[in-house]
Amino acid sequence: MTISLAPTPAPVRSPLQRATGGIRGTFTSPKYGPVLVTLILFVAVFIGGGIRYPGFFSGQVLLNLLVDNAYLIVLAVGMTFVILTGGIDLSVGAVVAMSTMIAASLLQSGWPAYAVIPLILLATSLLGLLVGIMVHYFKVQPFIATLAAMFLARGLCYIISQNSISISDPTFIALGVGRIPLGGGLSITPSVIIAVVVVVVAVWVLHRTRFGRTVYALGGSEQSGLLMGLPVARTKVLVYVISGLCSGIAGVLFTLYTLSGYPLTAIGTELDAIAAVVIGGTLLAGGYGFVLGSVLGVLVLGIIQTIISFEGTLSSWWTRIFIGALLLVFIVLQRVLTARRR
Amino acid sequence: MTAALARFVSNRLFWPLVMLVVLFLINVVAFPGFFTITMRDGNLYGSLIDILRNGAPTLIIAVGMTLVIATRGIDLSVGAVCAISGAVACSILLGASNPADPGVVAVAVLTAIAVGLVCGLWNGFLVSVLGIQPIIATLILMTAGRGIAMLITEGQILTVNSPPFKVLGAGFWFGIPVAVYIGAAVFLIAAALTRRSALGMLIESVGINPEASRQAGVRARVLLFAVYTFCALCAAVAGLILTANTMAADANNAGLFIELDAILAVVIGGTSLAGGRYSLTGTLIGALVIQTLVTTVYTVGIPPIATMVFKAAVVTIVCLLQSPTTNEAFRGFRRRLALRSGKGVAAA
Repeated sequence: MTISLAPTPAPVRSPLQRATGGIRGTFTSPKYGPVLVTLILFVAVFIGGGIRYPGFFSGQVLLNLLVDNAYLIVLAVGMTFVILTGGIDLSVGAVVAMSTMIAASLLQSGWPAYAVIPLILLATSLLGLLVGIMVHYFKVQPFIATLAAMFLARGLCYIISQNSISISDPTFIALGVGRIPLGGGLSITPSVIIAVVVVVVAVWVLHRTRFGRTVYALGGSEQSGLLMGLPVARTKVLVYVISGLCSGIAGVLFTLYTLSGYPLTAIGTELDAIAAVVIGGTLLAGGYGFVLGSVLGVLVLGIIQTIISFEGTLSSWWTRIFIGALLLVFIVLQRVLTARRR
Repeated sequence: MTAALARFVSNRLFWPLVMLVVLFLINVVAFPGFFTITMRDGNLYGSLIDILRNGAPTLIIAVGMTLVIATRGIDLSVGAVCAISGAVACSILLGASNPADPGVVAVAVLTAIAVGLVCGLWNGFLVSVLGIQPIIATLILMTAGRGIAMLITEGQILTVNSPPFKVLGAGFWFGIPVAVYIGAAVFLIAAALTRRSALGMLIESVGINPEASRQAGVRARVLLFAVYTFCALCAAVAGLILTANTMAADANNAGLFIELDAILAVVIGGTSLAGGRYSLTGTLIGALVIQTLVTTVYTVGIPPIATMVFKAAVVTIVCLLQSPTTNEAFRGFRRRLALRSGKGVAAA
């Protein structure tokens, strides 16, 4: 029942189809095991919440997970591409903040929304391109290159403004507070549709295109990819461009969500994105993982937050501790699964 | 003469030193009194003293980070450990009937350091026993650590009033800030332990190839435990200095981004993140470069908030200068120059 509400269930369902062949094999495979565990965890937490709190078992609670985390889903999609190649992108949180600042300041000075949004996407993709060039052509470690990008983006935020700028542009407000009714009293925001489109496109790119296969191949072994004549340079740079583009889209979605720009916003979001990708079963060494797993990871983080807000007495810092504990469990799980395969 | 110069230029410490000197020159031009050190109430004051004092926490963490990076690891949790140690110390001081009692302060400081030790053992366990990638293993404590610190402070910013504790962050001994003594002590202890014994070499060998060093009889697991514990210990000490300086434990902001500054200091100092080779002196210079950069941004009159853009520029320049691609290009350029002047064979 919960699966049918996930955006596109194809790769998530495939382990279930294979289950007849050998449930054990699926659970212990580094490819499907962690995703399956995450799925079970999500369903268990949802059922547990439904038993414990009245009003939890509603479609809107589920849809609100998407509404509140649309930007994080898009971020996690971009991060999945990077991590699949064995890299990491620490700049995404700062780039989201930078996007909100660019949007808010340009809209304030009278720019139209249809010019602002492409400009943001262009700027963040360009930043991604620079990171990609540093990583591939100058052999700077992804960690350090994206760290520099993070400092740059965060610094630019402060240079644009040190205060919060609110947005009064009618297009942004319409997109931000507008609700699309789904019938039965359920509704979503336009952001959810954008996030779903991003996820669908990412799934298609990763599983149906040459580029996607090259991404997986690079994560498996860059050296082999090179020897097989795969376009290593282009793919590696493009992955960071995709992450930059996704951060830009996520930044726009975040701006729609908060309807303001603030330089201190989204601190630590890169960790949430990495955590979502890891919990979603993507191997940090690269090579294994699914975009839909990352979406599931975001939903697990989201449902923990929902539980904490339903509980009422638990303070917000428990969220961070829970996320840390979950990260630990999943990393150890991955470790065990990949070790058994070797 | 040229050979000596060439050797100096190719030294790992050359570029960091050049950067430090350039920053000093910018400062002197913008603010002629930069090198003046004055004596007030028997204590030394001046921009240079400020750089040393404010740079001490970064230096302390960077020293620990250098050893971790030498084993091809990284420790992202140091900022969170700073916050935890500050929170522990402040909550003990607040709970005591007389926070100004030196005994109570000693208990608070020692407990905070012990908690840091536990954090380090945890990281060491994940990395060396479970074999998790260091960046991920320490990400766990980085994520959960601030939550734990908030749990200790119950979400509040704890302010304390304890003169003996304040000495750690803002006090002076014989005219020199106490923080500088602590920084120097950590640096010297690390240098003596690793360079006066074979420990440094063993750490480097683990960084080059953990499996090979294990088979050669190096106890890689124990060494990894040791470096992560030492790094967290350094972070706890730095956290105490930071907390004592403001006399408040802020779980959200204590040591925020300090892991990045520390890694930056290590990288500027010429230690490769690929592990296997490290330079503590380089890290010292790196930490000074960062702190001088921050001071420069202030003295030149740029809004302090823009510091991060300059840090980004420095990281990028340093990384590009150290990158193999650039070195290759430089070498090719020199070879072509030599060929053109007809001394190709001798120069190559």
